[in-house]
Amino acid sequence: MTAYTATVTVRLKAGVLDPEAETTQRALERLGFDLVDLRSADQFEIDLQAEDADAARERVTDMTERLLANPTLHDYEVTVEAQ
Amino acid sequence: MTVAVIQFGGSNCDRDTVRALDTLGIDAQLVWHEDGLPADTSGIVLPGGFSYGDYLRAGAMAARSPILAEVRERAASGTPVLGICNGAQIGCEASLTPGAFTINRSARFQCERVPLRVENAETPWTSQYEAGEVLEFPIAHGEGRFEIADDRLEQLEAADRVLFRYCRPDGEVTDAANPNGSKHNVAGITGESDHVAVMMPHPERCSLSDLGGTDGQAILRTFADG
Repeated sequence: MTAYTATVTVRLKAGVLDPEAETTQRALERLGFDLVDLRSADQFEIDLQAEDADAARERVTDMTERLLANPTLHDYEVTVEAQ
Repeated sequence: MTVAVIQFGGSNCDRDTVRALDTLGIDAQLVWHEDGLPADTSGIVLPGGFSYGDYLRAGAMAARSPILAEVRERAASGTPVLGICNGAQIGCEASLTPGAFTINRSARFQCERVPLRVENAETPWTSQYEAGEVLEFPIAHGEGRFEIADDRLEQLEAADRVLFRYCRPDGEVTDAANPNGSKHNVAGITGESDHVAVMMPHPERCSLSDLGGTDGQAILRTFADG
């Protein structure tokens, strides 16, 4: 078994309204910053033991589909690195 | 025969719902989620509140608690199930109903009375209303914006699974009358079978005349037939 850290990034699907990101963008603009767009995403770091990187990725992908992301709202990415 | 009002840590409309059902002469009891459903459960309410502090997404944690497997089984065998507000978020997260309720367009918590138009009056929940009738219900939510893929929403509408839409007092469905940015102003929908339903507005908060309205009684009376 090898120790891995998986990073899961969960973001809204294209076209899904993100009121918090819009509010954050407006706040930055009020502070005088110039920007074109702002998107927000959630990131989870998961430490786990697995046979190999593929097994770690498979387990974390399952976790993401079962809980961390909502398929109606989100797309996600999983990356895995040995610790 | 009892209506199980399921309590999670953070539920806060559970007692209101039991009281409203009691007032209508319908036997109801609070059921702590770890205790499982009573054997004589004849109906189920997933009540409003902030279960698990809305961690991750509103309803996400409660939707994955073991009692939801029991709710799913009962729903499949015909027991009426109603998710109200946080219960609606839980119902969608648990796939009892399609779509998701997410952050309001305003990015703010909204607590107000709003007009609702009855879309389908041929479900167990709405059979005492007329299609097109305008009701007034309280809403109180920060994550009530109904979101779903456009093609999926078209399927739901074609199958007449929208119960209510936010509207103007005269019944016209407009963007300005949409308090939270819900797609097509959807305020409540049914599951694959119409005895399973979720809605963001609160029928239990408009079922006692002392609270300024009784438009919600007809929905809760559905449980008297269960």
